[in-house]
Amino acid sequence: MPVESVFSQLEALLPLVNKPVQYVGGELNAVTKPWDSVSVHWALMYPDAYEVGVPNQGVQILYEVINEHPDALAERTYAVWPDLEKLMRERGVPQFTVDGHRPVGAFDLLGMSFSTELGYTNMLTALDLAGIPLHARDRDESHPIVLAGGHAAFNPEAIADFVDAAVLGDGEQAVLAITEIMRAWKSEGRPGGREELLLRLARTGGVYVPSFYDVDYLPDGRIQRVAPNRPGVPWRVSKHTVMNLDEWPYPKAPIVPLAESVHERMSVEIFRGCTRGCRFCQAGMITRPVRERSARVVAEMVDNGLAKTGYEEVGLLSLSSADHSEIAVIAKGLADRYEGTETGLSLPSTRVDAFNIELANELTRNGRRSGLTFAPEGGSERMRKVINKMVTEEDLIRTVATAYGNGWRQVKLYFMCGLPTETDDDVLQIAELASRVIETGRKVSGTKDIRCTVSIGGFVPKPHTPFQWAAQLDHETTDARLRKLRDAIRADRKYGKSIGFRYHDGKPGIVEGLLSRGDRRVGAVIEQVWRGGARFDGWSEHFSYDAWMAAAELAFADVPVDVDWFTIREREQTEVLPWDHLDSGLDKDWLWEDWQDSLSDVEVEDCRWTPCFDCGVCDQMGTQIQVGPTGVTLLGMPALPVRGEGLLAVASGSVEG
Amino acid sequence: MARQAPIRDVAPTVQRLRLRYAKRGRLRFTSTRDFQRALERALRRTGVPMAYSQGFNPHPRISYTNAAPTGTASEAEYVELAVTSVLDPELLREALDAALPPGLDVLEVVEVCAPDFAERLQASVWTLELFGVEPETARAAVASFLAAETIDVQRLMKTGMRTFDARGPVVRLEVRSDADAPTGGGTPDQPCAILDLVVRHVTPSVRPDDVLAALRLVADLVPPVPSRVTRLAQGPLVADVSSGAAMDAVTDPLAPDRS
Repeated sequence: MPVESVFSQLEALLPLVNKPVQYVGGELNAVTKPWDSVSVHWALMYPDAYEVGVPNQGVQILYEVINEHPDALAERTYAVWPDLEKLMRERGVPQFTVDGHRPVGAFDLLGMSFSTELGYTNMLTALDLAGIPLHARDRDESHPIVLAGGHAAFNPEAIADFVDAAVLGDGEQAVLAITEIMRAWKSEGRPGGREELLLRLARTGGVYVPSFYDVDYLPDGRIQRVAPNRPGVPWRVSKHTVMNLDEWPYPKAPIVPLAESVHERMSVEIFRGCTRGCRFCQAGMITRPVRERSARVVAEMVDNGLAKTGYEEVGLLSLSSADHSEIAVIAKGLADRYEGTETGLSLPSTRVDAFNIELANELTRNGRRSGLTFAPEGGSERMRKVINKMVTEEDLIRTVATAYGNGWRQVKLYFMCGLPTETDDDVLQIAELASRVIETGRKVSGTKDIRCTVSIGGFVPKPHTPFQWAAQLDHETTDARLRKLRDAIRADRKYGKSIGFRYHDGKPGIVEGLLSRGDRRVGAVIEQVWRGGARFDGWSEHFSYDAWMAAAELAFADVPVDVDWFTIREREQTEVLPWDHLDSGLDKDWLWEDWQDSLSDVEVEDCRWTPCFDCGVCDQMGTQIQVGPTGVTLLGMPALPVRGEGLLAVASGSVEG
Repeated sequence: MARQAPIRDVAPTVQRLRLRYAKRGRLRFTSTRDFQRALERALRRTGVPMAYSQGFNPHPRISYTNAAPTGTASEAEYVELAVTSVLDPELLREALDAALPPGLDVLEVVEVCAPDFAERLQASVWTLELFGVEPETARAAVASFLAAETIDVQRLMKTGMRTFDARGPVVRLEVRSDADAPTGGGTPDQPCAILDLVVRHVTPSVRPDDVLAALRLVADLVPPVPSRVTRLAQGPLVADVSSGAAMDAVTDPLAPDRS
């Protein structure tokens, strides 16, 4: 039975809301397949505002992969702002997709991509507006299977009540496998109902179904054990790893929104994974091993993407783009190719070294050299050893000197506050570092017209990292430390005026910490705060720390745990962590050793250039590092077409007036 | 030390083209800036040899004129492009229309032959569909509107709340005759009054929304649901042959370029 568009109902509300264009769809390269032409229907949600969600690479990739499947379709949905939510509730308009404006509740699967835990309340709004019961246990066959993915899905315990399943790791092959299971189950006449479908998914070993696991607690509140409660359901669920990115050159036709988004450029992922080993970095830990896309395929994706989108800027994405073994070939090749075409190229994530500046120079040959961003992360040399960010102060000064010397005017430095073992002094050293940066910059550039911006936020320990056992710093101490740093920068008479200071206060980090290392008992907090009106928690103008704490007070009333227990408490080696049954490949003993090493300032190398140090991922997952160099020296792309070809007024000399 | 923008080897403008485009259906919710981004990307995709400005941030030379507000549809929006090769206007129209999403439709392209285009856009013709309003009710409200000499309305602008006269610039406002359809554009359950409006371009501009605000002020006319507004034309004000001597009609602003 076809599912009708709700656009005519929605249309009457649009003149009454802010930025209505975000709800109308019609983006370039969007796909709307006829409902009845396929048997499996996916709704994909990025649970934040359209302007944040629409550029998300994960959603764009899965959207295309699914829509290329002859028997499946995918449509996108985003969080609606409270102004529209209110009107939708008044008029009974359900959560809709922006492609076909179909009600989300009519789909077979609702995939939610969580880059951050602060999207959890938006998930509840969407489920509620879609008419899907909030609790997975209350759903029946008429409701979609609600699936969580993205980095936060590596510990989905806080949302275990609300999702039917979670998928860890790369989604390209996983969505196709799930599509196949759904297709078969539907074509067989849905034998065994929802339970049977979830069992089939769980038994693959690659889909986590929280309701098939029981969690027992010790009297003091710690977890005793997590065990499967159905036959054939594995004790541990594995992450997915796509090998050979060249075979998955998605998105091939990136979505180009009409509305303004937070990333007004095209992105091409040049590799996945990172083995730099920064101990705070969940992304680096859970996406191992490094898998590079070849220079040739990167160039083809840039070329094809520009032709299909008309964007004027391309970002070469990865967790540390200068680390691609053929980045020099890629940078020079693309810079040559697009010279004089008004096409901009950028490396969004930058490493502290001079090579990186050479690359940035290459990519901005005729363009504007405005700002470069570096992330030393730790303020003092000692802190950088603790977090395994192997950058010395001399490295940093040399790097910024090269940057200012090459005409860059602005350097942004990213730091974290509240790292394990950190003291006030470690953070105050940031002020001295910034002064040296300006001093050096003025000297090498010969001008006072240079700036340095220090950007700093509170550190949140994350699952599947060596810091998963660490105590998070309480928000009072975080804020006090940040104030001291601000005062120290302001007190710098000589250089302070050239130093910008941006910081994020510690309170949102505590809520993020509660959600990211939470267990199933945290679900009640999320539901409580959402019922009280919490929405868009990633937005400071909507976030309310007090509402979260009040909700936690109520939700934790009958259990021996509280917010502090989840956040500022250090865990013991033997404690069962809520995500231990979710396998990122990392060996827990290796993580513990690395945690202990960090406390004695012992650094660990990158396995791309040194022997394997047994983090466990490749053994456990049957994967291996895929890096060059392959010896390629040229991109070997065909010439760009001449502009105006096919549009010219005449073939032979007679130009009409 | 002042920084010098790099002197770039920029190809000269050899031709200027004027486009008329429509903003239709759901894409009436695009803002001017949304359209600008979409157009610039469509120009790059189609490989139009745009002329670029000098400076740190070279941008394509495009002039946007008098765009209809977000949420209103239009059949008469205008844009001017500068290009570095002489193009065939019709080929350009077809290519751009194909590259823009359905709902942003390029209707006409002419080569610029005469200056002062902005001065030709003296007035706009709008149609307002007031859902849930009986044509008779609308007619009474329009009569009160026309009887007033001035009607001060308020609108929030970039500079803050401003008060201005919404009556003076209106050269024509009438409820469409219900001879053919007794309920206007609606159905027996849902009547709909259709208003035809011609308004002179002044500063600050008087928009259909302001006229609706004025109707509320003078006659308490409050449509129960948002009205649908479409700009049908903009151009020089002339006397309508049928209505006699009053300067209350609008002609084709591209006519001087066509001759």
